[in-house]
Amino acid sequence: MTSPLEVSPTSLVADPEAVLAGAGKIQGRSLGQIAWMRLKRDKVALGGGVVIAFLIATAIFAPWIVDWLGDPPNEFHQNLIDTAGGTLTPIGPRGGMSWDHLMGVEPLNGRDIFSRILYGSRISLLIAFFATLLSVAIGTTMGVVAGFFGGWVDALISRLMDVFLAFPLLVFAIALAGVMPDTAFGIGGDMLRILLLIFIIGFFNWPYIGRIVRGQTLSLREREFVDAARSLGAKNPYLLFRELLPNLMAPILVYSTLLIPTNILFEAALSFLGVGVRAPTATWGGMLSDAVTYYTVPHFMLWPGLAIFVTVLAFNLLGDGLRDALDPRAR
Amino acid sequence: MRAMGAAGVALALGLSACAGGTTPKTDTGSAGSTVKDAFNAGLTTVFNPSEKKGGIIKLADEAAPDTLDPGETYYGYSWDFVRVYGRALTMFKPAPGKASAELVPDLAETLGVASDGGKTWTYKLRKGVKFEDGTVVKAADVKYAVLRSTDKATFPNGPAYFEAMLNMPKGYKGPYKSKGMNTDSAITTPDDSTIVFHLIAPFAGFDYLAQLPQTIPVPEAKDTGAKYKEHVISSGPYMFKTYAADKSYTLVRNPYWDQATDPNRKALPDGYDVQLNVNAEDIDNRLISGDLDVAIAGTGLTAASQSKVLSDPTLKARTDNPTLARLWYTSINPTVKPLDNIDCRKAIEYAMDRTSYQTAYGGAFSGGEIATTILPPMIPGYQKYDLYPAGADNKGDLAKAKESLAKCGQPNGFATNIAYRNERPKEKATAEAFQQALARVGIKLTLKGYAKADYFSSYAGNPPFVKANNLGLALNGWGADWPDGFGFLSQIVDSRVIRETGGSSNTSVRIPEVDKLLDQAVNELDTAKRNAVWGQIDKRVMEEAVIFPGVYAKSLLMRGKNLTNVFVNESLGYYDYMALGKP
Repeated sequence: MTSPLEVSPTSLVADPEAVLAGAGKIQGRSLGQIAWMRLKRDKVALGGGVVIAFLIATAIFAPWIVDWLGDPPNEFHQNLIDTAGGTLTPIGPRGGMSWDHLMGVEPLNGRDIFSRILYGSRISLLIAFFATLLSVAIGTTMGVVAGFFGGWVDALISRLMDVFLAFPLLVFAIALAGVMPDTAFGIGGDMLRILLLIFIIGFFNWPYIGRIVRGQTLSLREREFVDAARSLGAKNPYLLFRELLPNLMAPILVYSTLLIPTNILFEAALSFLGVGVRAPTATWGGMLSDAVTYYTVPHFMLWPGLAIFVTVLAFNLLGDGLRDALDPRAR
Repeated sequence: MRAMGAAGVALALGLSACAGGTTPKTDTGSAGSTVKDAFNAGLTTVFNPSEKKGGIIKLADEAAPDTLDPGETYYGYSWDFVRVYGRALTMFKPAPGKASAELVPDLAETLGVASDGGKTWTYKLRKGVKFEDGTVVKAADVKYAVLRSTDKATFPNGPAYFEAMLNMPKGYKGPYKSKGMNTDSAITTPDDSTIVFHLIAPFAGFDYLAQLPQTIPVPEAKDTGAKYKEHVISSGPYMFKTYAADKSYTLVRNPYWDQATDPNRKALPDGYDVQLNVNAEDIDNRLISGDLDVAIAGTGLTAASQSKVLSDPTLKARTDNPTLARLWYTSINPTVKPLDNIDCRKAIEYAMDRTSYQTAYGGAFSGGEIATTILPPMIPGYQKYDLYPAGADNKGDLAKAKESLAKCGQPNGFATNIAYRNERPKEKATAEAFQQALARVGIKLTLKGYAKADYFSSYAGNPPFVKANNLGLALNGWGADWPDGFGFLSQIVDSRVIRETGGSSNTSVRIPEVDKLLDQAVNELDTAKRNAVWGQIDKRVMEEAVIFPGVYAKSLLMRGKNLTNVFVNESLGYYDYMALGKP
């Protein structure tokens, strides 16, 4: 937001013109500062933000945390499973929860649920972030181009969006993940599956953000500041990147934050259906899917379910707070 | 012969260790005596014997049967239930324990009479057996039934023994397409109650073929081809009253069935009521509550119900835990490097934790017994031996494994892949168990899940694919169509069944010596000598370490609350549905 002509998208209140250095109590505030101030007052959104920061931190430091508090995520502990009685469920109350296994162990093979949840968060967050990034990149480009140029370009891109929106995404994802070979483009294993999921989830979700950006661009390009820039001889690239894009940052940021939880859920759904990252790599959706056969051991379903729930809720709260902060009139 | 699904053709049944030589009690207990539930009470004895008639037996199926047509059905439990509405020439004796291994005549008066060195088999039909419409069953109806079953365009999924073994006229495509063609070279009916089968080569076990549902008589006049399954004309004690595809069907008494013609059936209930496509958990819960009598698919309790039932002594007392003639195993493919070296294969045999294999399949109760041979114990010819002892706790012999790796020239281990079927959580769990266990000696496994439907045709059973994708290990399973070495081994250890285009269950066994032994066994008319060869083959294959035997399958079945005469027919692998009563 370095534009000298920076305005908020809807209120048209320009930046305070003069920032008086050292002017005592009267202090000019940028839009970002104003939004940050509003966000700080929104305790719920802030809570969501803190949870997200915590989740990201645990995901990044998962190997060290697991080293310290748990066991490798794929290691079997069948001595903790009731094989003699034949129930194959964890020995001990509450699914075998103990100081060694904070969230208990899985039925059948006794893998440590705590470390699997942590490792699962890496997959979930990684895929959700990058898929969102991909959606936003494509969606913004397409939306701006469609909205700014109008005419046949707009018609073409809008119809393309319609096609993508009508696409049976889940079915397509299952099919594509099913036929994908184990190694392709020189990569294989989990990395390939993760990239594939990022592509599927990201590539097919761009029209949602594209439509919003297109709508915003349509209204922005008729504004006086754009006309002014144009009359001063600004070329299209300058208008697009220096005039329009900065003003689109707020809606893009808000919708990205709201897209992340959707993508987390979608990744979980794909893993649940068995087309996500391959076993034995831990994913939340995959753990839920394994837990279905053992509904008599509720903790097995509880932890991954709780993890998904908390993450999605945190992102949604933060996204809502962000929207309120950046665009108070949208309440 | 094909390996069917979990609900497939596991026909033969064995005894668990506790089954001694007790003679089964087939007579009726004193009426009114209170019966005590006990674990495995229906395994070697008849649980709650009674002669009382009446009641409708309620059954439910988590899916739908392949077909009700006796000419085509290839589901193991259908081969049990079909005897309620059809009479094949012979059947496995409806008795608990080892007694069921005996073949007894059913529609025939006696077992088959062999002549011409086992190339010709003659059966005499019982007098007075009638179809549900009152017409008398003739030898021609049996002949017609067998002939129509050979039409694989109309009945693609049925067993294909008869067309392979009978001396069929050239170009014969079944009675629909080759109408009027003379088929006397295969089957003759000298009179209305005599039927003679003519084989291409001697086959001593023809009575086993005669127990297939395909010999259940079908009246030509009432045959509707592929639609016959919607109303099968009964020759047994019950006939179809309603049939709603994929939903339900009910059977009521066949008024023309005569107890005097049938020493095998008691026909106690007044009818059977079968619901299809019922949720598996729902079936288990209704069985527990007593609302349902039999889970007809007979695959055993689901994992969740299993843990519920086994942790409750009163519920556990209502279950039976038979061992099946089915082996869950893993192919070790010598076409994949470095497994072309026998010592690398041996390293896998030694390094695997057998108990984790067993647990992955569901533990000692519904998974099975740890296997060390290819033949399950109840198949004649089985010999107990263990070429690759896995230590006292069965968790693998890591020292031996490392020794083998060193001999193989891979002292630090190697990397390969393991294939399993995506739809089978137990196989996935087993693959994970392999990964964990083999990692202990440095063998790095990558899991590769494939679709069940194309598992053998395109992936794990497709030799070029196996090689190209380094599928060193592939999870596999096999159940015999009947308890016999031929039925069990011929499709999984004969290198000649391997097709370069894929589709065979055998992916790893390519031993010329074993092929020769198989031929030797098939031509051996002396039963004892033949069975000895099966044992020899078993050992020879294990010496090559191309198969890792996992578990001899077991299932955990629950007896309905109100049933009488409950026992597991060991040869079929399920409760004997024909013998049940519900007064």
